Amino acid sequence: MVGIKRSPGEYAFDVFITVSIGILAFLCLYPFLNITAIAFSSPAAVITGRVNMLPVEFQMESVRVVYQDVGMWRAFRFTVLLTATFTALTMIATICTAYPLAQKRLRGRNVLMFMVTFTMFFNGGLIPTYLLVRGIGLIDSMWALILPGLVATWNMIIMRSFFLNLPAELEESARIDGANDILILIRIILPVSTPVLAAISLFYAVGRWNGFQDAVFFINDATKYPLQLVLNQIVMRGQTDQMMTELVDEEQSAVVPETIKAATLLFVTIPIILVYPWLQKYFVKGIMLGSIKG
Amino acid sequence: MVAGSSNWPDDGLVATDVGTAPESAVIQIDKKRRRRQIALDIRRDRYLYMLLVVPVAYYLIFKYAPMYGVTIAFKDYNLFKGVFASEWVGFEVFRQIFNMPDFMRALRNTLLLNMLGLLIGFPAPIIIAVMLSELRSPWFKRTAQTVLYLPHFISWMIIGGMVYQIFATRSGTINGMLTNWFGIEPIPFLTQNFSWVAIYIFSGIWQSMGWGAIIYLAAIAGINPELYEAATVDGCTRLQRIRHITLPGIRPTVSILLILRLGRFMDIGFEPPYVLGNVLVREYSDVISTFVYRVGIQSAQFSVATAVGLFQSVIGLILLITANQMSKRIGDQGLW
Repeated sequence: MVGIKRSPGEYAFDVFITVSIGILAFLCLYPFLNITAIAFSSPAAVITGRVNMLPVEFQMESVRVVYQDVGMWRAFRFTVLLTATFTALTMIATICTAYPLAQKRLRGRNVLMFMVTFTMFFNGGLIPTYLLVRGIGLIDSMWALILPGLVATWNMIIMRSFFLNLPAELEESARIDGANDILILIRIILPVSTPVLAAISLFYAVGRWNGFQDAVFFINDATKYPLQLVLNQIVMRGQTDQMMTELVDEEQSAVVPETIKAATLLFVTIPIILVYPWLQKYFVKGIMLGSIKG
Repeated sequence: MVAGSSNWPDDGLVATDVGTAPESAVIQIDKKRRRRQIALDIRRDRYLYMLLVVPVAYYLIFKYAPMYGVTIAFKDYNLFKGVFASEWVGFEVFRQIFNMPDFMRALRNTLLLNMLGLLIGFPAPIIIAVMLSELRSPWFKRTAQTVLYLPHFISWMIIGGMVYQIFATRSGTINGMLTNWFGIEPIPFLTQNFSWVAIYIFSGIWQSMGWGAIIYLAAIAGINPELYEAATVDGCTRLQRIRHITLPGIRPTVSILLILRLGRFMDIGFEPPYVLGNVLVREYSDVISTFVYRVGIQSAQFSVATAVGLFQSVIGLILLITANQMSKRIGDQGLW
């Protein structure tokens, strides 16, 4: 299309499209700018509603308070541990499900596939699951946030589709040499499957990091709250007192619940922003892999 | 030759039934052969089955055992008696919930919010995808996509915090602008029903509109470029090209995603209403998911909450099957 002159109508169309997308992109960005600005603004400016996209009367007190808060870091470390453990275990479990189910020769494969996919369309509901978790004794345990979600059937299906699309020759020579299924899986299949492994681990990891409804249901002990629930306490329940009581008088005047809340939001959002480029790349790949029906 | 006392080496293929008709002997041989073959196959794939032990256990324990637990919906659940010994009451619980104003309200809100979300939220990613595909600058397109995808990666707790800051009555950003720039009194956006519903719907769209466009972008990329060239040669304007090529080209994708959406009409996430809702707007913010949580876990009315959950699951399944059939009937592919 290069070199073809654009008519005024075409030009207007281009402008319209560009401006519209620009506005939508701006809207996506605005809340982040707003929160950051508030976290770094003075209490007076925040309370009188003068803060928009840029800090007004810049101060770092609120951010400093939040980033020095022991409780925040404890919740952060716990959530990192939880996410890492969760991702490792779910990946192992998912591979152990997807790989055998991708082998056409497996007896009972169809029955097992049906059993597994059926759970995507019907489940027992919250209360039976809750009673089960409680019955096993997992309430207030980190394992309540790991075991119930050990295999996400949708992710497993994506992985299985990927395995099904691998060329058969891959394992043939190894099989002739006498390798068993497990060796083939570990030495040949997995190294070749890095795209799907990366995408699915990120699906699991981000899901675990951001998700909190199971913690609401299964965790009552506030010291065991993952980061999102701690955020809940501070930002939604307004329990900023804990952090603020540790301040000396003169520092106290430099902060206000709104700035503390904004700084806490910043604390929880920045980790995602930092890994976002990688997230974006692999998530998009994962979606593409998922659109290919096995 | 007496059955069972053979001097022949036992290779498992002996016909032990000395029946009168020859066919039954053959059937017995076949059954034994098949069983032998199954055993061989299982032995051949023994490592695969070993890999499956933990996953199958997981599904049985965490997916299928709770399915048995839905029987609580038909019992008067007693904490001490447990699931098995509690008294059977049939459909009494269901009769009860349909007479509960709180449940009917939760049901209404679920359908209402889903319908509004569908009407406004379903077209949004499609429009964005079409617009993105019409952008001329690859740089601008890529940058816009990066920004548009970002909300999808943010937890609802963070979104809730941002919404609260922006729409708060006191010291809220928007009210700050209204007061400082226009001299208007603060508006309690989050505690009034109508504005709350609008905020709920639009924050949901904010979170998913960019990401939702990906699948449509992929569909648009799959449209044959020759169609566009031919249209340009014939003198089509950009708008005409969109109307006659792009939109029909993504129609299969649109229908299957619409079906999936309709199939989930009874479902509603827990996190958004939990985070955004408050006591003052409970009339519209309480939905099935929050109802089940409140009544089931917080108030321990297990039978009621289980019945509601079962109702939701069954309706959802029916909706999904219906939507799938309809899709196949109009000529597009279904989910299965």
